[in-house]
Amino acid sequence: MTEPLPSTGLWQPKRRRSRLVEGLVRAVCFIFAAISILTTLGIILTLIFETFDFFFDPFFRQALWVEQLPQILPEVSEAQRQALADQIQALNPKQLSSGAEALGLRPPSPVAGFFYALGRFFTDTRWTPLFKSADFGIFVLISATLLTTAIALLVAIPLGLLIAITLSEYSAPALRQALKPVLELIAGVPSVVFGYFALLTVTPFLQRLIPALQGFNALSAGLVLGVSIVPLVASLSEDAIRAVPQDLRQAALAMGATKRETIQAVVLPAALSGIVAAIILAMSRAIGETMIVTLAGGQNPQPIDASLNFINPLVPVMTMTAFIVQVSLGDAPFGSLAYKTIFAVGMSLFLITLSLNIVSYWFVRRFREKYE
Amino acid sequence: MVDASPSPLPDSGAPGAEPRFVSRRSQRQWLDRLFQVLAWGATLVAIAVLAWLLVDILSQGLGRIDGQFLTSFPSRRAGKAGILAALAGTFWVMVTVAAVAFPVGVGAGLYLQEFAADTWLTRLIEINIGNLAGVPSIIYGLLGLAAFARLLQPITGGRTVLSGALTLALLVLPIIIVATREALRAVPDSVRLAGLALGGTRWQVVWDHVLPAAFPGVLTGVILALSRAIGETAPLIALGALTFVPFTPGCTEGFPYVNPLDAVRCPAAIWQSPFTVMPIQIFNWISRPQQAFHENAAAAIIVLMGMLILMNSVAIGLRSRARKFQD
Repeated sequence: MTEPLPSTGLWQPKRRRSRLVEGLVRAVCFIFAAISILTTLGIILTLIFETFDFFFDPFFRQALWVEQLPQILPEVSEAQRQALADQIQALNPKQLSSGAEALGLRPPSPVAGFFYALGRFFTDTRWTPLFKSADFGIFVLISATLLTTAIALLVAIPLGLLIAITLSEYSAPALRQALKPVLELIAGVPSVVFGYFALLTVTPFLQRLIPALQGFNALSAGLVLGVSIVPLVASLSEDAIRAVPQDLRQAALAMGATKRETIQAVVLPAALSGIVAAIILAMSRAIGETMIVTLAGGQNPQPIDASLNFINPLVPVMTMTAFIVQVSLGDAPFGSLAYKTIFAVGMSLFLITLSLNIVSYWFVRRFREKYE
Repeated sequence: MVDASPSPLPDSGAPGAEPRFVSRRSQRQWLDRLFQVLAWGATLVAIAVLAWLLVDILSQGLGRIDGQFLTSFPSRRAGKAGILAALAGTFWVMVTVAAVAFPVGVGAGLYLQEFAADTWLTRLIEINIGNLAGVPSIIYGLLGLAAFARLLQPITGGRTVLSGALTLALLVLPIIIVATREALRAVPDSVRLAGLALGGTRWQVVWDHVLPAAFPGVLTGVILALSRAIGETAPLIALGALTFVPFTPGCTEGFPYVNPLDAVRCPAAIWQSPFTVMPIQIFNWISRPQQAFHENAAAAIIVLMGMLILMNSVAIGLRSRARKFQD
């Protein structure tokens, strides 16, 4: 085997070429797989970068500056202070330090402005970022989001769970085959269509029952949002329920338990981890949902105050996602405060949904009942 | 079991003992029936709500669909408005999404299922794909806004068809990857082993044997992903897609307005063009106060749902054909 094979016209494998192609394909496929990592990195970096930009916005430094005037210049009269405040507000945000020299006053440091902004973000009780006297209380938007989500869960948990029980415990296989596509159909309806339904069908219908209900409200947004996540709760719960071994059911029935008792006392507890995970995932979906709450919920951030309108399901509210839509529909130039604000809101939204997804993942792993 | 006669329980009747077990059978069976009715009732409620939605939209919009509606640009007057720009935008965006997401998603699925060794990097990618599926779609819009519309503006031209399509492609990638992996997993290992035993490289085996066997499943996943993308509104609004567009992408000014040849003739006029899509047009019409625009919205919803049902039935047909081949 030392001398090369004579060229006899026999087939010879093109090993080198095959190996080259193989390597190329592997590399390209790896890059494609890595795009998912890049997407995550892109999302996180974008949100972090723009959110920091938001908190470092000169607007907050100027606001802090005005707030500190009484301490910086205690001897100056109220009217003069007011005039100075107006001058500070009128400064060009891009040239704050040179403007400060002209005034003869030292502005607060950017870091001080950052922490001031952070404080405003979490403690303001109003959300008016597009007004002249802007307030940035994120909890106004979070409370509205939680309100619609809570209403949605009140609909989706009982409906979704009962549907899952029907599918797995009560319906004949043929009927189950017919019901599943109905759920898939509901899951496939675009959210803007549910938005149409909530605003133009459900709200007028509910207004006949509840005269105090306003044209935009959290109630019908939440109800329809709930319907839209029913398929998610139902199909994930059904998976969990079907994973419970048949032996357990038969044992319970053999002990003389009725079917309902078997389901409530044996099947549901055994499937609990999967069901809870499904509910948490559905909650995360409801929090991130946009079109239903924007169309039917309205665009009115309700201040957190004693009137308790921020938890009133009958009045218009503004969720986090609705705010992002509102700003995006108006023209927010790149780099403007409004542009940065939607990223700060997006960051809050991302963190909330991410932590819910992690909790759901952890829950399944921690509390899963293993049957062998 | 020697003594068959029922002996009284030792504690029954004894003073101070616990009361005997009472089966309360009729009450329990009544509860049982109630629960069953409740469960079926919930299912009926879901079906009823879906029927209510469909009937309402059909009754509102069906009368509005005609040739004029399909071939008109948006207008201030509801009676003159149409969905031409939205249809053209949806067409070009979806074509681009498919062109980007199909190869990338299938390639990523191939890598994870066929090529990758089980390293920390592979596992990271897998967990990451699971997480991406849980990110709200509007967040993808923010990513598209910052990355495609702003950072890559020289290439994409800002808030354009290309930016929108890339954003939606990222959004549906996890769906395609998961579907591809499932389809590949369904191909029996004997196919791979036979190919490798004959001296094929991994790629040759995958390309010639595994992928063709998995292809219907892959295609089903791609179509389902596209049907998700076609109804997405929020990310494109966050990206800054327009709501009033009196033109179509490309350089075909008159009939037929959407010309696939434009992709070669004037690519920049397509992909760097501002755009609107069906869901955004619907959103715009819903948010106007006049009833006539709401009818337009319902009519556009019928068209959109029609497209969705068409895509889904193709996917279901493919899926059942794929099952037939496997048996």
